[in-house]
Amino acid sequence: MRTLKNTKIKGINILFFVVVSLFMVSCFNNEKTVYEEAQDIPVSREMTAELTAPPNVPTPVGRRKAKKLIVEMEILEEEGELTDGVRYVYWTFGGTVPGSFIRTRVGDEVEFRLQNHPDNKLPHNIDLHAVTGPGGGAESSFVAPGHEKVFSFKTLNPGLYVYHCATAPVGMHIANGMYGLILVEPEGGLPLVDKEYYIMQGDFYTKGKNGERGLQPFDMQKAVDEHADYVVFNGSVNALTGDNAITANVGETIRLFVGNGGPNLVSSFHVIGEIFDKVHVEGGDMVNENVQTTIIPAGGAAIVEFRVDVPGTFILVDHSIFRAFNKGALGMLKVQGEEHEKIYSGEQYEGIYLPEGPGIQEMPTTNEIVESEIPAQNFEEQMKFGKQIYMQTCFACHQAEGQGVPNAFPPLAKSDYLNADVNRAIGAVVNGLTGEITVNGKKYNSVMTRQMLSSEEIANVLTYVYNSWDNNGTVVTKQMVDKVKGK
Amino acid sequence: MFDHTFKILCVFLVFQTICFSQTEGMANIKGSRYIPLYGRDSTVVEVQDFKLDKYPVSNQQFLEFLKKNPKWQKHNILKLYADGNYLRQFKSDTILNDIVNPQSPVTYVSWFAAKAYCECQGKRLPTIDEWEYVAMADEDVPDARRKPSYNQQILSWYETPRTDEKTIGNSPKNYWGIYDMHGLVWEWTLDFNSVLISGESRKDVDKDSNLFCGSAAIGATDLMNYAAFMRYAFRGSIKASFSIKNLGFRCAKDIEVNP
Repeated sequence: MRTLKNTKIKGINILFFVVVSLFMVSCFNNEKTVYEEAQDIPVSREMTAELTAPPNVPTPVGRRKAKKLIVEMEILEEEGELTDGVRYVYWTFGGTVPGSFIRTRVGDEVEFRLQNHPDNKLPHNIDLHAVTGPGGGAESSFVAPGHEKVFSFKTLNPGLYVYHCATAPVGMHIANGMYGLILVEPEGGLPLVDKEYYIMQGDFYTKGKNGERGLQPFDMQKAVDEHADYVVFNGSVNALTGDNAITANVGETIRLFVGNGGPNLVSSFHVIGEIFDKVHVEGGDMVNENVQTTIIPAGGAAIVEFRVDVPGTFILVDHSIFRAFNKGALGMLKVQGEEHEKIYSGEQYEGIYLPEGPGIQEMPTTNEIVESEIPAQNFEEQMKFGKQIYMQTCFACHQAEGQGVPNAFPPLAKSDYLNADVNRAIGAVVNGLTGEITVNGKKYNSVMTRQMLSSEEIANVLTYVYNSWDNNGTVVTKQMVDKVKGK
Repeated sequence: MFDHTFKILCVFLVFQTICFSQTEGMANIKGSRYIPLYGRDSTVVEVQDFKLDKYPVSNQQFLEFLKKNPKWQKHNILKLYADGNYLRQFKSDTILNDIVNPQSPVTYVSWFAAKAYCECQGKRLPTIDEWEYVAMADEDVPDARRKPSYNQQILSWYETPRTDEKTIGNSPKNYWGIYDMHGLVWEWTLDFNSVLISGESRKDVDKDSNLFCGSAAIGATDLMNYAAFMRYAFRGSIKASFSIKNLGFRCAKDIEVNP
């Protein structure tokens, strides 16, 4: 059972040995007790576990001894915001999705107290993947509203584990947010890093489509069909963006505890512009190095580590990429510090690229341009719609205030070329414009491609341009555009 | 047989419990054979004709009962019959908290107290099979379980918090003329714990019980099974002494057969 190393006795005076070994233990403490079985690790004292809401994690265990660890977790069913204007009733461990992060070490005896708030509708329980035993604790923790259940387990295997509710219907309890992570650190703890964060992906199924406002009920049929309306990190679309972004400084090493609650979708976790130096594959002992994207199964986890070398905003995504840009699986890591141009230069040059000669650069798409179903009724609407088109189509070259880009793209603001001839301007949008022109006394020799816009849209956008930035206020009509097109 | 028990009970309790029989406010339910929501083809259940309260018992009604039967007041009740949450909405033995709506369903009542209340009126708690039989009706038909709207409504109630504070009788009555089977509170049934579920619902899937048999659970893509699973899970999590904020009751009565 207990095996003490370095204890070789070769017929020496026993008293002497006892004295020496006592001296060794008390002064140097170099004698390390190694337990072959984690279940034999004794616990020294009782302590209450620190639980944290995402994206934060509790203090590392470091070199602390195994303890009797009290974990008090409260289950709350509560309304929250899934994305702007969309409300959802979450079922939570500790009031957040994902639930509170639990940090333990191998050999801890965890006394788990699961409390079901009296206002809750439903019974719940918890299945911790870190538990060795039937149901992962689910059987012993089945608790009615207004009650508390207590059970204990010993952490035997180091790793990062998912916990979740396992009450019927299991899928629904998980889909409503009942999952989280429990970390079991090895003896002595994980190597220290500069920053640690807690991120967990989950898919959500709402009665209304993505973005439909109001309180959205859970849609069981969509969940069964695995048609997620939202795929998010940390329970909502904006949980890790903008002011909620996680942060670091250049030169720091970051460790992300990444889980996936599911209920259905597997995550292809990726940080745009970073390479994971280390990945604890599936949250276990195996470490892979130099990984671009790591797969995190539903009901699984991974520990990823990387050093940030350059400043900027790094985007965390599920690289099943429509989930990131259309369903919400997107987070941000903001890194501050000195530029490091040897590693990343930033933009150095921008020029014109003409692979096949001028005049043929158009999108290979249908020639039929559908007229807008809602034509502008008046000048104000023309300006409004025109501005939208400008921001989509023209903004990239001519810039927000029509100022253009010196030596590359001519200005539209106070532009003599523009104001001189409205039909020429319409023609440029309809047919494109190539070759040298002079605008406000400066020569430009560039290419404007033919724009795939309807006559109505061209009329609106040119009206917007002519009535902005000190231009001459021409109102362009659909008929004028059609006339130029007809030439 | 029930009447016999009831008489004995009343004799026993004559000093403390004032009982009176009443049937107003009840609806007649025509019995039938049906497959309960957890549905397995071979488990057809037969329900006899019976009467059921149109409304769940309200705070006000329960208060009247408490006034006449002090032994069920919160300070007098035996520990065996109710846990520490019993009648938490009362600030004293016979006074409700100011914020409590007297017309919302009574909750924080143990099974023992609910049973005593019904018995005092010459009634009893409905059985699970009776309760589920009435609960499967919507406004138009006695069995609406195949209707997506019916299931969606129930599921959305399960997700809505604090429905126990609503006033009784504000939603449309169902086919039988019964109100609020879904939408306000869970309800005690006479044999609520006859369904043995371990709390580990995935394990129950392959248990040879009449509820969570494999065919019922594994093929449960049907929405109706999910609503039922949640009710049965709830029943499985409670004990007779539990007093819960979302759990009330209503009473049933056998139809007297004329000799």
